[in-house]
Amino acid sequence: MPMDEIALDGADHGHDGKPGFFVRWFYSTNHKDIGVLYLVFALLAGIVGYGLSGLIRWELAEPGIGVLTSFVGGDIEAAKHFYNVVITYHGLIMIFFMVMPALIGGFGNYFVPLMIGAPDMAFPRMNNISLWLTGVAFVLLLLSMFVPGYGAFNGFGGGWVLYPPLSGSTGHDGPAMDLLILSLHTAGIASILGAINYIVTILNMRAPGMTLHKMPLFAWSVLITAVLLLLALPVLAGALTMLLTDRNFGSQFFVPDGGGDPLMFQHLFWFFGHPEVYIMILPAFGIISHIVSTFSKKPIFGYLGMAYAMVSIGVIGFIVWAHHMYTVGMSLDLKAYFVAATMIIAVPTGIKIFSWIATMWGGSIDFKVPMLWAIGFIFLFTVGGVTGVYLANAGIDHQVHDTYFVVAHFHYVLSLGAVFGLFAGWYYWYEKMFGVKYNKALAQVHFWLMFIGSNVIFFPQHFLGLNGMPRRYIDYAEAFTQWHYVSSIGYAITLVGTTVFFILLIESAIRRRKAESNPWGEGATTLEWTLSSPPPFHQYSTLPVVKGEGGH
Amino acid sequence: MMTRNLRTALLFVGIPLVMLGLSFASKPLYDTFCRVTGFGGTTRIAEAAPSDVLDRAVTIRFDANVNGAPLRFRPLERSHEIRLGEHGLAFYEATNTSDHPISVIASYNVTPHRAGPYFNKLECFCFEERVIGPGETKTLPVVFFVDPYMDEKPLMDDVRTITLSYTFFEAADWPGASNGASLD
Repeated sequence: MPMDEIALDGADHGHDGKPGFFVRWFYSTNHKDIGVLYLVFALLAGIVGYGLSGLIRWELAEPGIGVLTSFVGGDIEAAKHFYNVVITYHGLIMIFFMVMPALIGGFGNYFVPLMIGAPDMAFPRMNNISLWLTGVAFVLLLLSMFVPGYGAFNGFGGGWVLYPPLSGSTGHDGPAMDLLILSLHTAGIASILGAINYIVTILNMRAPGMTLHKMPLFAWSVLITAVLLLLALPVLAGALTMLLTDRNFGSQFFVPDGGGDPLMFQHLFWFFGHPEVYIMILPAFGIISHIVSTFSKKPIFGYLGMAYAMVSIGVIGFIVWAHHMYTVGMSLDLKAYFVAATMIIAVPTGIKIFSWIATMWGGSIDFKVPMLWAIGFIFLFTVGGVTGVYLANAGIDHQVHDTYFVVAHFHYVLSLGAVFGLFAGWYYWYEKMFGVKYNKALAQVHFWLMFIGSNVIFFPQHFLGLNGMPRRYIDYAEAFTQWHYVSSIGYAITLVGTTVFFILLIESAIRRRKAESNPWGEGATTLEWTLSSPPPFHQYSTLPVVKGEGGH
Repeated sequence: MMTRNLRTALLFVGIPLVMLGLSFASKPLYDTFCRVTGFGGTTRIAEAAPSDVLDRAVTIRFDANVNGAPLRFRPLERSHEIRLGEHGLAFYEATNTSDHPISVIASYNVTPHRAGPYFNKLECFCFEERVIGPGETKTLPVVFFVDPYMDEKPLMDDVRTITLSYTFFEAADWPGASNGASLD
């Protein structure tokens, strides 16, 4: 069936012949190469985003404005704007150019075809377009940091949520916001094309015998994520287009003088924004399921429940958006609905957490590096999930809205949740992707430094928030000094951890210990472990056939 | 195989296109929704007054704002009390402080927002544009009533005060302004 794809792709060269360096990496249509490029891209963008968060923690380590001033020539007003720019771009880069490209573009491209027994993605050329459009979008975003945003100050400083009127021509009259809109449009188109590619690949190109209900959970998670992307991103694109015409062509969608309503932007934004958080976490769910199953040497507990829990998270994710907007003055009935709907999400999420625990229960658990990250993920995500249920209550949210409590909550589910899922996948598939082993001692040190460090960063932020420290402030009352200082020490710990991570990468690149095709033994049952490490340039010249109960 | 993949892909291209369309359709939908449901304090326009008048009374407070127009705008009385279903009549006063005629139009809502669906206007200066000559003062009436049906809603039990708020804009800024600009 999908055999002729290979012939189309490898027109000029033989099935295992690789093209030269430039053609291979710059014209790439091979899903594994594109996956690797996405991961490299995410790594680079991640360094930028992580560096920006370093500026935040550095500035906030002590009260007063003393650090960012040195980046903007000593002007305190410029430093305030620069701080706003830093938090805005930290958020946007981490979401759109680190987590999404790594989890969806990177692992998705590399492992979805391998896991479902397909020779490549359905549309290899479109895959290439997605990759490079993401790169273009990132360049546009970086450019927008260095052109005037507000008056003479560079960059857009209105927060990643881009609410008008701050993002309109009233708040930011300069071209920075326009470049930012263009960047997100481009990234959005790249993601939509990618999403269509995944859906077609997963629906049409599974190996014979692999029904949807036998498909590995990571492929399930990418399928659901792709559908969410198709439904959510166009709404962001619509809202951004309205913002763009408001700014440049005199339309008045969000301008109250002209009968528009700035609140409508928030509705549109969060209709996209809430599914977006599931877009970032669902692929991590898929990865964690495989790792927990592999290192417990048991099939995943409640496979179908796990798959449909992700489906229902995706569905419910679209009807809870206004829980981000409790304080805009909505009616009591509306709040009651959004509180109830939001809490319901805890049910499928709970199914997932308990199924992971049930998979470990009675298993023969191997605490290898990926398993450490996976268990770390489950723990941290649960902490973030619990504060999520807490914040879902409109009454409590009124109290802690836009405080560090919220910052702590979403960093527990994303910075610790999604990123731990990402590192879990990285260490789980590293040998498979790059064909070399990593140093396990270094990897463990990396894990423990990151686990301790990120908890030290974010746990005290709960206390700060409950005590009334607002988010997005460059300065604070002296009473908050202690926990801010602790939080910044946490960042320093993760900085050591990140250094260890890069040492690990360099060490494994220099030593080049030959990888095994299946380093994890009997627990690793998905199709990618039947191939060599790294897999051949073109795999499955004989299609794998999935029989009986196996496969997931 | 290619055609099968293409067919599936085209099917799924439809989803983002529909969603994009919906996001733009949300603008008129949002407006209609607010007008129909009284959401966000959007008041109702009524053709006829209700027949029954209840004993329960609410205080109506009057608020006046100007955005960017050379106008002095104030209510002639700050507040008064009416019974549910009873006709209320209030006057505002607007003075053009500039030396040229201006065309102005008011936007309006009520707080608490949940009172929007029950606040009905029979006649209002806000329904249309007004041209005010240089230095001229106009007295602007509004005729309204509070729907007695409000009394049956437990959610509205604590509503003792409703604030009616107007904001005047220069009509030249208003989309669909037909002749506002030429008056300058």
